[in-house]
Amino acid sequence: MSPSPETVKDLHERMVRIRFFEEAAGRLFEANRIPGFIHLYVGQEAIASGVCVALRDDDQITSTHRGHGHLVAKGGDLNKMMAELMGKATGYCQGKGGSMHICDLDLNMLGANGIVGGGVPIAVGAGFANKYRGNDTVSVAFFGDGTTNIGAFHEAANMAASLQLPVLFVCENNEYAEYTPRETTMAIKDVVERAAAYGMPGVVVDGMDAIAVHEATTQALQTVRAGEGPSFLECKTYRYYNHHGIQTLGMKYRSDDEVEEWKGRDAIVALERVMADDDIATRFEIDAIRASVQAEVDAAIEFAEASPMPEPAALLDNVTTETLR
Amino acid sequence: MSDRQITYLQAFNEGLRQIMAADPDVFVAGEDVGRTGGVFHSFDGLFDHFGGRRMVDTPISEQAIIGLGIGAAVVGLRPVVDLMFMDFVLVAMDQIANQAAKLKYMFGGNAKLPMTITTNGGAGLSAGAQHSQSLEAMLCHVPGLKVVMPSTPYDMKGLLTACVRDDNPTVIVKHKKMLGSKGPVPEELYEIPLGSAAITRAGIDVTLVSYSRMAVECLAAAETLAAEGVECEVIDLRTVAPIDLDTVLTSARKTNRIVVVHEAVRTGGLGAELAAQIQEQAFDHLDAPVARVGAPFSPVPFSPTLESSYVPDAARIADEIRATLHRPAPGSIS
Repeated sequence: MSPSPETVKDLHERMVRIRFFEEAAGRLFEANRIPGFIHLYVGQEAIASGVCVALRDDDQITSTHRGHGHLVAKGGDLNKMMAELMGKATGYCQGKGGSMHICDLDLNMLGANGIVGGGVPIAVGAGFANKYRGNDTVSVAFFGDGTTNIGAFHEAANMAASLQLPVLFVCENNEYAEYTPRETTMAIKDVVERAAAYGMPGVVVDGMDAIAVHEATTQALQTVRAGEGPSFLECKTYRYYNHHGIQTLGMKYRSDDEVEEWKGRDAIVALERVMADDDIATRFEIDAIRASVQAEVDAAIEFAEASPMPEPAALLDNVTTETLR
Repeated sequence: MSDRQITYLQAFNEGLRQIMAADPDVFVAGEDVGRTGGVFHSFDGLFDHFGGRRMVDTPISEQAIIGLGIGAAVVGLRPVVDLMFMDFVLVAMDQIANQAAKLKYMFGGNAKLPMTITTNGGAGLSAGAQHSQSLEAMLCHVPGLKVVMPSTPYDMKGLLTACVRDDNPTVIVKHKKMLGSKGPVPEELYEIPLGSAAITRAGIDVTLVSYSRMAVECLAAAETLAAEGVECEVIDLRTVAPIDLDTVLTSARKTNRIVVVHEAVRTGGLGAELAAQIQEQAFDHLDAPVARVGAPFSPVPFSPTLESSYVPDAARIADEIRATLHRPAPGSIS
């Protein structure tokens, strides 16, 4: 079943929004205009977009340290995102969180997370609440291949399966846990094999194909939303940039040829080809979308740059619901 | 005050039952909390009353139990998640300290986290080094958590109510050796504000600051000292994060001598924090260094004879009080 032209355009626009936001964030980070760490999502856009287009607004997601893409795909406000990355008072977290803790609870995006595996049990908790309330909302845990080596993941997967909770586990397998190739940290061929251990269905998806991710998500959600328990997607993908920062080539842990090979399968380029070939959008229309998203990103940078830093007086706000003095 | 006497454990159970009856968003999840009612019988009868939807038996997965609470709380429920022993807090520490405690702050205040962690701490049952600890200092060291350690049935019910109704992550620690201790508890549901200490005995010569089971030992020590003509003021902190420092400082300025008593090891314990706070804010009022009574710096031993010499008691507290007053013990040659 091929998705409607509107769905394809939606997938494309969300991917472009992620890509342009991330490319801009990388440049700003390199120019020392964004403090701290930055883990760019570039290369993996088809997954966040493919999954989030298939979700309803009331569905919750949890994210990772590489979390900008998930918030953008869930409909995040680029102004507030860029401001947060710069540590500004107008950011999503008023400058208290930064890149790794960006969130929008109104969009049911329950937060990026600085701890590998930290968000997965939280997604299971949201799934529990959905079942408790008897609604058909689902929660989605996004995580990487590396997360499936940490205990919290296994506890959460088993909890979701044994309590039959409406949770979709989305593994973005980019083949590297930071700087270590997957084959040195895992003795299995596919991460999805781990789903079987918890009695949940799992499939492998081409994570460079937004339509395939969207289709697999839609399929998986049918049983998850129907209350038949959790499900697992392994999306094979690649991050173009280093684990942290904006270097792409010349890394000790992966070859330049490998990077170029994956870039040759770029998800946005591939989808644009489909759009043109299937008369979903002309090249002219695609360029117009790109230009409009770029303008949005430029405006977000301008907004963030013009925004004030937080006042020192805000330091102790929100440690708890009572302000400490 | 009601003259009905029930146990510390019954106060917990009754309070939880009434809270759950009043608020359909409250549920309990943890190991053996459902059908079995908990290994300490904390949840007896609740499964029959509320069913498996609200009394949830989980796998032995402490991280996922706390994560279940966090996720459910962040989307609007009011979870009570149980860790069978306080020692198991360490198994779940990422979810407690890196996630639950910090979410509100990291999210710029946008999250509300009304989650209560219930657990059982303390030594005295020959449960050994991994089932007997008092780890409150570790929890109090993490901004964003509230930590409650009641010493009476009355406080248990009132503080549990406050914890569950609080919109922040809270930890309430029952002391395993006090589960059967009795006291007056009103039948209706009531709330004791978090962060408020109780002065459980008024005195003028020396102040004893304590919480949990040691607050009871302090009362016994105060009784001993009264026979020697010393009037101890006893403060039960009840909440150890945040600490009701005003009550402590007011008493320090009155009695000018302080002994802090806890069951946890002295090193890096709350006694150290209290001693620092008191000397920073009431130094000129002190007639003696702030004294500390706590367990020695070792794991909790198993053998009853070793354990009883490990855990502080009224006699050891009384000795420390005499030392801070420069008084000889009765019958000793000075």
